[in-house]
Amino acid sequence: MNTQAGSHSVPHHFETAQQAFESAKLGMWLFLVTEILLFGVLFCIYIMYRGLYPEMFHEASLHLNRVMGATNTAVLLISSFTMAMAVHRAKHDDRVTAVRMLAITFFCGVIFMTIKYFEYTHKIHEGLLPAGMFSYDHVTHVKMPLFFSLYFMMTGLHGIHVLVGMGLILWVMVRCQRGAFGHAYSTPVELTGIYWHLVDLIWIYLFPLLYLIG
Amino acid sequence: MHQATQGHGNYLTEGGFWSWFTTLDHKRIGVMYLFTTLAFFIVGGLFAVLIRLELFRPGNLFSPDLYNQLFTFHGAIMIFMFIIPIIPAALGNFFLPLMIGAKDVAFPRLNLTSYYLFIGGAMLAVAALFSGGVDTGWTFYAPYSLRSQTAVILVTLGVFVMGFSSILTGLNFMVTIHKLRAPGMTFHRMPLFLWAIYATAIIQVLATPVIGITVLLIVMERVLQIGFFDPKLGGDPVLFQHFFWFYSHPAVYIMILPGMGIISEVVTVFSRKHIFGYVAIAYSSLAIAFISFLVWGHHMFVSGQSPLANLLFSVLTMMVAIPTAIKIFNWTATLYKGSIQLQTPMLYALSFLFLFTIGGLTGLFLATLSVDVHLHDTYFVVAHFHYVMMGGTVMGLLAGIHYWWPKMFGRMYPELSGKISCFLIFLGFNVTFLPQFYLGRLGMPRRYADYDASFTTWNMVSTIGSWFIFAGFLWMFAYLIWSLFRGEKAGDNPWGAKTLEWQTSSPPQVYNFEKIPEVKEGPYHYGVMKTE
Repeated sequence: MNTQAGSHSVPHHFETAQQAFESAKLGMWLFLVTEILLFGVLFCIYIMYRGLYPEMFHEASLHLNRVMGATNTAVLLISSFTMAMAVHRAKHDDRVTAVRMLAITFFCGVIFMTIKYFEYTHKIHEGLLPAGMFSYDHVTHVKMPLFFSLYFMMTGLHGIHVLVGMGLILWVMVRCQRGAFGHAYSTPVELTGIYWHLVDLIWIYLFPLLYLIG
Repeated sequence: MHQATQGHGNYLTEGGFWSWFTTLDHKRIGVMYLFTTLAFFIVGGLFAVLIRLELFRPGNLFSPDLYNQLFTFHGAIMIFMFIIPIIPAALGNFFLPLMIGAKDVAFPRLNLTSYYLFIGGAMLAVAALFSGGVDTGWTFYAPYSLRSQTAVILVTLGVFVMGFSSILTGLNFMVTIHKLRAPGMTFHRMPLFLWAIYATAIIQVLATPVIGITVLLIVMERVLQIGFFDPKLGGDPVLFQHFFWFYSHPAVYIMILPGMGIISEVVTVFSRKHIFGYVAIAYSSLAIAFISFLVWGHHMFVSGQSPLANLLFSVLTMMVAIPTAIKIFNWTATLYKGSIQLQTPMLYALSFLFLFTIGGLTGLFLATLSVDVHLHDTYFVVAHFHYVMMGGTVMGLLAGIHYWWPKMFGRMYPELSGKISCFLIFLGFNVTFLPQFYLGRLGMPRRYADYDASFTTWNMVSTIGSWFIFAGFLWMFAYLIWSLFRGEKAGDNPWGAKTLEWQTSSPPQVYNFEKIPEVKEGPYHYGVMKTE
């Protein structure tokens, strides 16, 4: 059951390393399906309330900072690219580049969360908060607080996922640095990559749905 | 770790007491699940006995508030801590790898994690019991669950964590079935129990995340007042019902499908006959899993759903009866001209056929719109789902526990005692719940601590029935514990069954098989030898 070091041994209940890798990958994909369903509920709530109050969604979304949102989108897209590169390089025994790419990916996560922090503090300052705590003065639509509930729930849940992803990236980066991965075994890098792409993908949906309502 | 004992040692005796807590062996994890969930079953069952005692003569035992807490905990414990986990996580964990000829599940460490998550979630719920209780019912309907002064947050967090455990178990099983089958073990040579477990795992993976986020939103409603489900803040309480039942209706099939899987095994083995309609039973499990996602709205016929939605959900709900009936007919056909042996597992399997059919058919009454308006939230519904959950799942579970007991622990349960307790439970169950159909039809509402004086007689009968069930289970737990130490030693294959778990020692050795078996035929080739 040893998972350390380059001489990674196949767990006893698998016949081959290939079988172990395929199982891990299938497991990860199934996990991502559950993640999509988890977010799916929030998307459902979004669809329902937007269908009911389209004009409110438009007005409320004007309170979001599009520049910050767009920057974050770009940052995550770049991070997805560097993550893919990291997986690729780790598989080709290019440890130095792989670690570098993981470091950039992690740094992108830091930028994303920093920008998110400034967005959140600004909203909190203005009183654009979840329904029951909403205290913004110039409300143009009585249902507007619901939009900010959605905003905080969706981006909050996504933000938690970003943090988890950053933790995973840090972990595989350290292991990669120690030479744990190569062409024979790179499952954790690959799985972290798949996860990170999903987190990125969810943001790709969140950004237009929350920030760009025309 | 495995010096000297290969061949002699078994999974139970390897290592000391503490090694159980860090074990990655699917059999040990299965056994731990079995005892944990049975412990919760005892607690939930005692609550049920108390509920019935109160209803024997209302107003004498508990205050209405305490009564609300009792039925909430009875429901929540039975559903989230007993009936959802027990068959997949206990028996499935133990037998899935054995039945496909694998050494373990795909992710043993995840398996242990999932067990501890379950314990963690259960502890949260138990903590709620000791910090004011909960009085919302197990359904946590908004807006009451947003206002109740009881420990709703603890219980919902517990449900969230246990849901995670359920997802991980299902995910683990799906990967195991896809990737770890022994050579020659094609999908169509898998025992039907595994088809059922597979269908269950699909629901666990696809439905549980929805309840996870939904109960989390209830927590958020209470902490941050997000208002999605709160009419006071512009939200919609019916939306909560949609999300809740989007999980909780498929969850009914998480509960019943594994029970059906056990019946497929037991009916075949004790009829000494190849199962009738293997393919039909296998795919009907998947069909039930599929349809289960499309019927949640039948819980909301009177919640202000549109008539069109009601109609669609009504029709879709009735469609569940088709794959279910396919199973029932195939089991019955398997019995036909079989050499039937009436040992305890088979008695429970026959009880299942009898009781589950009643439970299933009364479900059709409730799926019928006009009838449901009358029967909604009455004791008819209570009787219906107890016939499905207890008459179905629990009977299947008891069949499975008795059938596999010799394999799990290497000892036989006492046969006569088994039959006596089966008789008591079957009798008690019908005495308890048949009158409730009648009470429901008369209009007695569920979840009330009191009732109209005209309902007294049948409520008393119902309560007396619950004592028989109680006695039956008491007797069962006594002889099962006794048999662990004093039971007759079981051979490797006491029932002469053909599936792989019987082809290894009882109890199985640590890595299941001396060498990975090669599978050359289907799991139920009874009587074929004679003609060859």
